[in-house]
Amino acid sequence: MKPDLMVELAGLKLSNPILTASGTFGFGLEYEPYVNLRELGAVVIKSVTLNPRQGNPPPRVTETPAGMLNSVGLQNPGLAAVSEYYVPELKRRKVKVFASVAGETIEEYGRVAYSLAEAGVDAIEVNVSCPNVAAGGLAFGSDPDTTAAVTARVRAAVGNLPVFIKLGVMGGDVVEIAGAAAAAGASGFSLINTLPGLAIDVRARRPVLGNITGGLSGPAIKPVALWAVWRVYKELRLPIIGMGGITCVQDVIEFLLCGATAVAVGTGNFINPGLTVELINGLERALAAEGISGVSELVGAAHVER
Amino acid sequence: MTYEAEIVTQKKLATDCYRLEFYAPEIALSAQPGQFLMVKTSLTLDPLLRRPLSIQSVDHARGLVKVVYRVVGKGTALLAAKKLGRRLNVLGPLGRGFTMLTNGKFAVVAGGLGMAPLYFLVQRLKALGNEVTVFYGAQNRYQLVLVEQLAGLRVNYVTATDNGSSGFKGTVVDLLREKGLPPVDIVYAAGPPPMLRALGELLREVGMPRTEVSLEERMGCGIGACQGCAVKVHGTEGPVYKRVCADGPVFSAEEVIWE
Repeated sequence: MKPDLMVELAGLKLSNPILTASGTFGFGLEYEPYVNLRELGAVVIKSVTLNPRQGNPPPRVTETPAGMLNSVGLQNPGLAAVSEYYVPELKRRKVKVFASVAGETIEEYGRVAYSLAEAGVDAIEVNVSCPNVAAGGLAFGSDPDTTAAVTARVRAAVGNLPVFIKLGVMGGDVVEIAGAAAAAGASGFSLINTLPGLAIDVRARRPVLGNITGGLSGPAIKPVALWAVWRVYKELRLPIIGMGGITCVQDVIEFLLCGATAVAVGTGNFINPGLTVELINGLERALAAEGISGVSELVGAAHVER
Repeated sequence: MTYEAEIVTQKKLATDCYRLEFYAPEIALSAQPGQFLMVKTSLTLDPLLRRPLSIQSVDHARGLVKVVYRVVGKGTALLAAKKLGRRLNVLGPLGRGFTMLTNGKFAVVAGGLGMAPLYFLVQRLKALGNEVTVFYGAQNRYQLVLVEQLAGLRVNYVTATDNGSSGFKGTVVDLLREKGLPPVDIVYAAGPPPMLRALGELLREVGMPRTEVSLEERMGCGIGACQGCAVKVHGTEGPVYKRVCADGPVFSAEEVIWE
């Protein structure tokens, strides 16, 4: 019997649990030569801000052991371009779309989320790793109160649409922050965002990245991500999209076992632009080989005491 | 698209500089001068990302593709260690190449391994019946790694080396200044950023002929999604960042803001 890849994520039915991590998949269309977008569980688009953002000076990416650092600086064409062009293009292709929302103020998060919901996205992911201008540049997601305030504002803006809060593991305890977001109306969580990092050009005696610091992603951070998924699942039992260094089917299964209902492929897309679809097919084969009837059988299964 | 391409030849051209040839008939058929490839250097997760490499030439009939590269780190060192018969995972051809015209006069200005994509261009321009003059500079005569092949194309070329070991003593831009730029339809250039910047200044002095430059930048995806390989250019409402991989790697020299 064919295993059932369908998952229900905060009330949304997805054909499979393979999503794309925001910022690594552009607005989806860039990957059309390599992937039939409709086959994906959902496309999580690049973070959108109210106004277009130019981004940071280059170099913006550099490789590190089993990982990469990036400091793109939220370059994006702004809300109008995304809600009027990219979202309709994806919807026309019958792609499930999760919109990642970013902002400099709580109000900006609300406005952007509202318009994207109006444009017809299937869910909102809230990127709370942006600097909060009103709090001197500290990330919104670094404390429970601000995370809750952003969550509440987005929840108020989008009605019943699923809202996932994307958290890192720096600046505060991830369970505590997730708990605050849950109380403020979060449907679930995207775990984890990049970790802060820095690379040095020894010859130039300078940091490699134009922005000096960047976000670390890729297989190097996978154990940290699994740890965060494990803890949040254990304490809160809310839907989780797991991400951080997924490059093969085994990685997908590890995240599911820790408690993720779906996973997102990020840096892996850069190594193999067709990876997402390969993972969907590979997951189906792996479940069939193990005699597992559906993905839901695996979600959180590693938490069972024996 | 990605291909598993068998390595056919691997040759050391100079210190740290190699030419790799592999069998990839689809790429050989569709690649345009100035386009590039993203090559996996390892089957493991470290090095993680692909390496962008310029296409030096293609052989339609035999389905072969050549790239020339310098060993600068772990990824390229692994590439240089690969033996014949091994398969290489190659993504491409990618990016927008050089403008191709017929019945024209062109100048090509190459610095170091910038000659690799320009060789492909010169080959095609010649095949289209154009008149091409090449200005080719490198640190020393050993680093003029494509000079013999260039001679085989029967184009006019002049060389420059920093130490004067071949041709003009000085940079290729100094050479161009000395010789004077012939009247041409397009100037094509590739090389290290300081050379391209100096070339831009020289060209402005002589009235900015139409010039196309091929740029390099650290890349994440190579297909325009990650916004990693940013280059600052003049936009209609001030400076904006474009993507070297998808908007380039060939840009109009006038457009680029050199920093």
